[in-house]
Amino acid sequence: MRPRLTLSRALVAERTWPFFIDVSVAAALLAGFYAILWIAKFWFSSAIPEVEIYRSPSHLPLYAFYSLVRIFVAYALSLLFAVAYGYTAAYNKRLESLMIAVLDILQSIPVLSFLPGVMLAMMSLFPSRQLGIEFGAILLIFTGEVWNMAFSFYTSLKSIPRELMEACTINRFSRWQRLFQLELPFGAIGLIWNSIVSVANGWFFLMVCEMFPVGSRNFRLPGLGSYLQTAASNGDFVAVTWGLLTMVLIIVLADQVLWRPLIAWSDKFKFENVESSNRVTSPVLDALRNSRVVGVINRYTFRPLVERVYRDLAQRRRNKKPRSERKEASKVTTAIYLVVAAVALVAIGILAFHAVLLLKDIHRREFLSLLGGAGLTFARVNAALLIGSLWTIPVGVAIGFNPRLSHIAQPVAQIAASFPATALFPLILVALMRLGLGLGIGSVALMLLAAQWYILFNVIAGAQAIPSDLREVSALFRFRDVQRWTTVILPGIFPFLITGLITASGGAWNASIVAEYFHLKGQTLATLGLGAQISLASDQANYPVLLAATMIMALMVVTINRLVWRPLYHLAETKYRLD
Amino acid sequence: MTEPIIQARQVEKYYAQSRDARIQVIAPTDLAIFPGEIVALLGPSGSGKSTLLRMLSGLSRPTGGSVLWHGRDLSSTEINVSIVFQSFALFPWLTVLENVEAPLKARGMEAHARYRRSLRILDTVGLDGFEAAYPKELSGGMRQRVGFARALVVEPEVLFMDEPFSALDVLTADNLRSELLELWQKKTIPTQAIFLVTHNIEEAVLLADRIIVLGRNPGHVRTDFKVALTHPRERKNAAFTALVDYIYKVLTRPDVAPAEMPVLEDGRRVRDQRQMRYEMLPHARPGGIAGLLELIIDLGGRTDIYRLADELAFEIDDLFPIVEAAQLLGFLKVEEGDAVITPEGKTYAESEILKQKELFRKAAVDHVLLLRQITRALANKSDHSVSEEFFLDLLDEQFSDEECANQLSTAINWGRYAELFDWDDARRRFIYHEHEGEEAPVPAPEQAG
Repeated sequence: MRPRLTLSRALVAERTWPFFIDVSVAAALLAGFYAILWIAKFWFSSAIPEVEIYRSPSHLPLYAFYSLVRIFVAYALSLLFAVAYGYTAAYNKRLESLMIAVLDILQSIPVLSFLPGVMLAMMSLFPSRQLGIEFGAILLIFTGEVWNMAFSFYTSLKSIPRELMEACTINRFSRWQRLFQLELPFGAIGLIWNSIVSVANGWFFLMVCEMFPVGSRNFRLPGLGSYLQTAASNGDFVAVTWGLLTMVLIIVLADQVLWRPLIAWSDKFKFENVESSNRVTSPVLDALRNSRVVGVINRYTFRPLVERVYRDLAQRRRNKKPRSERKEASKVTTAIYLVVAAVALVAIGILAFHAVLLLKDIHRREFLSLLGGAGLTFARVNAALLIGSLWTIPVGVAIGFNPRLSHIAQPVAQIAASFPATALFPLILVALMRLGLGLGIGSVALMLLAAQWYILFNVIAGAQAIPSDLREVSALFRFRDVQRWTTVILPGIFPFLITGLITASGGAWNASIVAEYFHLKGQTLATLGLGAQISLASDQANYPVLLAATMIMALMVVTINRLVWRPLYHLAETKYRLD
Repeated sequence: MTEPIIQARQVEKYYAQSRDARIQVIAPTDLAIFPGEIVALLGPSGSGKSTLLRMLSGLSRPTGGSVLWHGRDLSSTEINVSIVFQSFALFPWLTVLENVEAPLKARGMEAHARYRRSLRILDTVGLDGFEAAYPKELSGGMRQRVGFARALVVEPEVLFMDEPFSALDVLTADNLRSELLELWQKKTIPTQAIFLVTHNIEEAVLLADRIIVLGRNPGHVRTDFKVALTHPRERKNAAFTALVDYIYKVLTRPDVAPAEMPVLEDGRRVRDQRQMRYEMLPHARPGGIAGLLELIIDLGGRTDIYRLADELAFEIDDLFPIVEAAQLLGFLKVEEGDAVITPEGKTYAESEILKQKELFRKAAVDHVLLLRQITRALANKSDHSVSEEFFLDLLDEQFSDEECANQLSTAINWGRYAELFDWDDARRRFIYHEHEGEEAPVPAPEQAG
């Protein structure tokens, strides 16, 4: 299984683990939820100083800076964690199935429903409340960013050709040298593409995390997200415009200064042995490469450092114990593993039990209404996906087939996909209300906004991947439009379309939590749906309902993944594979 | 006699399937590499050539027996060996120079000395001026030169080569071979011994001082002999062709007297693959079989397999499966290195396509247990469809997971050609094939995929 290198988020794992692992992971999550609530109880409801958010555009640079720092810290943590997690999962046979099952479930869970619990828990863990909120926000962004990156790195490691690994072994590479000369370069392209998606996701969550209410309390962090929300709820559209402009500027700058150079640079990590003609170019990268200053800095700082590290590693290797002695130790490690696993299982069991006990406070009628809401949200998500597919497939194919058009449209689509839909929510809601449309339909539009770009982006890539000789065949035999679409285009883009839809579906589910329930101009807009129920429950600090609703959503997403997306993905990888 | 550098004592490799079944890849084998010799290891695919190389070089641990490096256990000593890989195994993101420097870096060599040594070895293999190039900018032959440079830069005592020339075109391979031989003979490189795995008989005879031929199922040494020809060796030389012919005969002769199978500690005997119920299906296509038979008819119905390979410009690895498949189906006999067509084979080759399919169908059901089982299962099941899993489970006792899949895919290929059954690839199921004019016991399910 090789991840497709476009904007895609949820990678689909081949199922290789037994069902009980899923159950234990679910139990562990319940336990985690309960533990968070339990810690959160230590936080007294004393008043927190509410940070004033100024609407004057002169504050924007500072706010944007704060938001950027949050995104950056969360991303750096995600990257480190993803590499460590992927590495451990790929090389530790004992933990592999468990770790991949955890990934598979965690990437399907709506992160936003953990928001109130995590915030309260962080505030009780950190003495300074502001710092607590800060860490809470970063933690949430982190959980929204990390899984696809870890997954990507894991799959890269698993697909390293055997002879390359053997070349490392026979030449006595240390683990670090192997990591830097083989594993990281091999995984680099996947990691970079996934980083783009992750950071986009990070912005999506940040917009919500910076300002949200729990019960009567308002949590606020100075930043771009809180600025936009404050401006929108005050009806200050000049400020909203300024905020959005700043956001666009950040996204475009990130694209030009960071992602494009990285993509262009990562071209050298392509594992194919032929030179590709269609390369991404980046003036920034060229400038860096030709810069003499960078060269000098590299020669006097980085390179000597690396030399020392390699020498020390070789030294340490020589002093290492021979293999036979270490084998004895492995029995001890097995024993330790078992004990730790047993203790963890017991602890998880107890906490999960307590979490389930919370559920008994829920009235039966409440539970039924949750199920009804789930049905409605399910319908909305699918409507959004359907509408998204309807317009993106023809447009995407047209762009993909026309090199000149795609040269312009692809970067634009990439930027559009990176733009956090949550930043636009307030503006669109106001527009919808002016038109007299309720949130019921409005939320579909909002989900569409969060999801459609992934489909578009992947369809473009898919159309480009259709070999030109197939298209020539259809022209040669004068296929009619219907035949052309059913025999060449749709099967050709199918794998990409599925990848896009999986990502879009994840995005739409997550968006439902914010899209179905909104505070605007001091009033609360809501429609019936699971997302709204989650938001309402966290607003009112109604933890049993929050837990039940989150569980229902997670179960639905996981089930849909298993029953619909995984078989489709498998079909795409086997029957509709173009290579 | 000199001391061997590497000595293998009763090394074997097997994969445990369940408590009382295991798949023997390599039977207990004794083997030694002495200083001053080039050893070539020949054998058909599946004879465990590469596995043996990996055990001797310390990359993989033998499941039984031991490998000694200068008389001490290989796994606990620092050994000085290198490998040249078939796929080159270069790091595409490192320049030629960085690729060659990497092993020295791993050994902690100081930057300047490392640089000088790497440049010198690049010069030796003829890559002067390519230091800053990336592997993907080079041709296959140049890439393998980098592979050689990387292997030689650590001045290995034993240089292992795993089919190093088989990914290259004929001329490039020839060129590289003679250059290697020159380095070796002039002692430009301090390497003490070379161990070459190949499936190219001529290559072995061209280079080696000693040739070891492996048989398969499980891998074992069929013969181990010295090559006394003087260098440079000429392909047209009578002694050369005689030797090549001899090796062909060894490779094609049906195994005489099955080797004694090892006994497990608890007294049970390891099962020999040849005594197992399923025949090992050679991975050949029906079209290839028909083509081969036609060619043999053209050559008078009987021909030397060596000549046949020559005629077709085939490697034996490519030719063998086809010969074996024809043999299995009763279309061909092998006598003393000659392929002889049978009357059935003659009829088959001379029939038109539909008749051919019918003959193939009959031969397949008569001679191949797996195909017989699939057709029977399909005829007996009420919905006329059987999952792949069912047969994988049956094969599982005899073959490794990978080989099970290969066996099944060959069976599918043959069965589809012979119209024994249909195959639904999406659902991975066999489906009953309705022949024209024939009534299925119950309406056959719709054909999908």
